[in-house]
Amino acid sequence: MQGIKRFINQLRAKSPWLLHFDCGSCNGCDIEILACLTPVYDVERFGIIHVGNPFHADLLLTSGTVNHRNKKVLANLYSQMPSPKIVVAIGACGLSGGIFREAYNVVGGIDKVIPVDVYVPGCPPKPEAIIDGVVLGLGKLQAPQERNGERKEA
Amino acid sequence: MTETAVLILCGLIAGPVVGGLVSGLDRILTARMQSRIGPPLLQPFFDVVKLLAKEPLVVNVWQAFCAYCYIAAASIALVLFFLQSDLLLIFFVQAVGAVFLVVGALSSTSPYSQIGAHRELLQILSYEPLLVLVVVGFYLETGSFKLTDIYAWPHPMLLKLPFLFIVLGYALTIKLRKSPFDLSTCHHAHQELVKGLLTDYSGPFLALTEIGHWFEVVLMLGVCTLFWATSWIGMAVLLAVTYFLEVLVDNVTSRMNWRWMLSYVWGVGLTLSLVNLIWLHQG
Ligand code: SF4
Repeated sequence: MQGIKRFINQLRAKSPWLLHFDCGSCNGCDIEILACLTPVYDVERFGIIHVGNPFHADLLLTSGTVNHRNKKVLANLYSQMPSPKIVVAIGACGLSGGIFREAYNVVGGIDKVIPVDVYVPGCPPKPEAIIDGVVLGLGKLQAPQERNGERKEA
Repeated sequence: MTETAVLILCGLIAGPVVGGLVSGLDRILTARMQSRIGPPLLQPFFDVVKLLAKEPLVVNVWQAFCAYCYIAAASIALVLFFLQSDLLLIFFVQAVGAVFLVVGALSSTSPYSQIGAHRELLQILSYEPLLVLVVVGFYLETGSFKLTDIYAWPHPMLLKLPFLFIVLGYALTIKLRKSPFDLSTCHHAHQELVKGLLTDYSGPFLALTEIGHWFEVVLMLGVCTLFWATSWIGMAVLLAVTYFLEVLVDNVTSRMNWRWMLSYVWGVGLTLSLVNLIWLHQG
C-alpha cells in the first residue's frame, strides 16, 4: 500500500498541469511566466501542460497583489482545483503586496487568501527562478506531509 | 468459450495499452514537428494515473454517470471488434458512448462545456453518415457486415474502396480530435474554449473519458486495418502512414469553425463515397 502511494506521488510530479492566474499584477511577472511556457523551454518534456481550467490543474501559478475585487476569484479558483494541489506565488507583489502594498485597495500577498506552498521573490523573477520554484513545488507534490491546505489527507 | 473470454480480455487490455502508446507517440511526433523534444513515451499513462488518484470533484452526479457510460460503451465497441462482430452494431454502440459524453457535458451549466457539447454534437453529425457509408462500401464489396467475412476477403479492400478510405480519414481526423476539426475540445484551445466538452470533467472522471478516447482510437485504427486485411505488413504500413498523415495534418492546419466543417466534410465526404459506391455497383 505504502509502495503504491509513493509510486502515485512520483507520477504526480511527472505530470503537473498548471494554471496561471494573474491576480492584479503589473504584467511584468506574467510576461516572465509565459516566457517559461514558450516552446523554447519546452516544458512538455516534464509533462507540464498549461491548462486554462482549475478543474484540471495541479499547480496554481499566481502573480500580483490581491485586492478586494479579485480575492473572491482567487479563492474560487483555488477551491475548484481537486487536491492534491500546490500554489506558487510569484514576484514581490504575490509575496507581500510589493510596491502596491500600501494602496487603499490592496489586501496583500496571495497567502492572505489561500495557502501558499512556494514563494518566488523578484520584481519580476527571472524565468530560471520561476522554474526553480515550480521544481520546489513538484518536490512538495511528491511528499504529502509538506503540503499546505489540503481539503483532506491524500 | 475460453477463446471468447481471451478475446474479450485482449480487447479490454489492448484498448488502454495501445491507445496510450499511440497517444504518447503522437505527442512526441507533434513535438518533433515543432522542433521540441516532447514528453516521454509513457506520459499519457502518467497523466491518467495521476488523474485517477486525484480527489473526485463532480459538478453533478449525472456527469459521473455519463463518464462511466462513455467508457463502458467505448470498451464494449472495441470488445465487439475483437470478437469479430457486426460492423454496424459496433458503430452504433460507439455512437451511444459519444452521445453520453455530450450529455455529461450538457448536464453542467458552464458555458464552455455547453459550447463544447454543441460542437461535439455537430462533429458526430458530420462523421456518422460517413462511417455508415464506409460500412455500406464494405457490404457492397463483400456482401456481409460481419467482420469475419471482411477479414477473410482475399483481396485488399483499399484497391476497391480507395475513396472510401479517404472518407474514413476525414472521420478519423474528427474522431481523434485533430486540427482542423478539433472544435469541441483540445489542449491548444484554452483561450477560446477552456477545455470545451471536457471542461467540467475533472480528476478520475477526466481520466475515464481519456481512457474511453483511447478505446475509440484503437477501434478506429482497427477499422483502418480492414482496408488491407490480407497481410500483416500491409496492415502495419497502412496504419503507420495513416497515423503519420493525421499528425502532419494536425500540425499544418488550424482550427476552423463548425459551418466550414459541416459543409466541407459532407461535401467532399459524401461526393467521394458516392463516386466509390457507384463504381463498386457498376464493377
Ligand atoms: S513583482 Fe514587480 S513585476 Fe511582478 S507584478 Fe509586482 S511590480 Fe510587477
